Amino acid sequence: MSSLQSLDIRRRSATVTQSPSQREATEIAKLIDVSRCIGCKACQAACLEWNDLREEVGVNVGVYDNPHDLTENTWTLMRFTEIDVDGRFEWLIRKDGCMHCADPGCLKACPAPGAIVQYKNGIVDFISENCIGCGYCVKGCPFNIPRISKKDAKAYKCSLCSDRVAVGQAPACAKVCPTQAISFGTKKDMAAWADKRIADLKERGYKSAGLYDPPGVGGTHVMYVLKHADRPQIYAGLPKDPKISPLVEFWKGVTKPLALAGVGLAALIGFFHYVTHGPNEVQAEDEEAAAKARRTPAE
Amino acid sequence: MADKNNILDRYTAGARLNHWINAILMICLVLSGMALFHPSLFFLTDLFGGGTMARIVHPWIGVLAMLSFLGLFIRFWRFNLWTRDDSAWMRNVKHVVSGDEAKVPEAGKYNAGQKLVFWLMSILTILLLTSGLAMWDSQFGEYTTIDQKRLAVVVHAGAAVALLIVVITHIYAAIWIRGTIRGMTRGSVTGGWAWRHHRKWLREEVGKTK
Repeated sequence: MSSLQSLDIRRRSATVTQSPSQREATEIAKLIDVSRCIGCKACQAACLEWNDLREEVGVNVGVYDNPHDLTENTWTLMRFTEIDVDGRFEWLIRKDGCMHCADPGCLKACPAPGAIVQYKNGIVDFISENCIGCGYCVKGCPFNIPRISKKDAKAYKCSLCSDRVAVGQAPACAKVCPTQAISFGTKKDMAAWADKRIADLKERGYKSAGLYDPPGVGGTHVMYVLKHADRPQIYAGLPKDPKISPLVEFWKGVTKPLALAGVGLAALIGFFHYVTHGPNEVQAEDEEAAAKARRTPAE
Repeated sequence: MADKNNILDRYTAGARLNHWINAILMICLVLSGMALFHPSLFFLTDLFGGGTMARIVHPWIGVLAMLSFLGLFIRFWRFNLWTRDDSAWMRNVKHVVSGDEAKVPEAGKYNAGQKLVFWLMSILTILLLTSGLAMWDSQFGEYTTIDQKRLAVVVHAGAAVALLIVVITHIYAAIWIRGTIRGMTRGSVTGGWAWRHHRKWLREEVGKTK
């Protein structure tokens, strides 16, 4: 996406100072009700259409997932799981894609200023012209979402249709979903709507139905209503308690100031040593002793 | 001070070239690497033609630096083998730091501090090479898992900072101990310098020529 949008920025990658924060904005969210999804892939098609992307024609390996994984063109993907849950066969279909974390690991890992931004409304967006193609976002993401293009080596993922949202439109996938399994609105409204859906599912016997809004990443701006919210992993590996890897937190946290301090201190110690001890100079006696040693080597 | 007869050869032209090629490559690596490590230093990518160019050239410079370091390693490793005297030298390193080298065992071609720098550089170079390959996504992206890459970036950053501190020590020692830099620029040192800092090496060299 481009940065020329009427959305205010909350956070910006590789930027130590604060973003303009006087104006407030309402947090938005996309709610994906997995129990209403029929797996038609209209959302995938709409995503390609709206974003002017085309996926290569693939091969069938005996599963419905098409393509087989997220790619730099496929920013959202239906993942199909056939599974026995409590002795009953179930066909689980989950629309995978960027979760738009409140605490985005990609943004934290990104070394290029302004290549990843988080808008005030919660959308996490890649500003591709600032992307340097290092792939750090891939390491930062707890959901394995960003993909590096083989064409331009830049990272791509779902933008939550930030360009549509900026002008008051719902994301293309939500707009096109024929069963309204995807809804879009304020995060508050979406949580309230999810509560109703969960109550309904519980009434129908899905005791562990619940909302997926993982607190480990500060909550997300893409949420799921799951029939089996106690076991999100059965939905094609949706992580139960996603967190930014502690390695990434360490790397992008204390390491940065510590490293600069360590290097600075080393230079300073050297300078102070010189100032207090002066140069270690060869004396005339040293030269004489050496000359003498060279004349009479048989010691 | 020193007359023409009181000069010792320390580094061949090949060794000097090898050292300075390595030094130039290291400076490029530090500048491009620090730029991608700390947001406040991102402006350094401009020296390489922008962020994307810095990302592209950094690993290639790394490969060249690794090859050049291999040359230095092959040249110098046998002079850097650790001896009992080196342990004694290291125990009394505080006398060296305060400029009183008479209180430590006479040093050969390299003293224990220089040997430590040599081995630290060697180990850190290996760490930087292996972790660097694991995070070089445009060439070897598919050979490592995301978890391995996460470990690699931490190891790479840690080893790079450690190496930078070792390099700062190396440079400061060369500045502080006068007469050292000419060894690496002109290839020779004065006899007095060798007597003062590497007396055992001086005796060995004298023994060779006579």
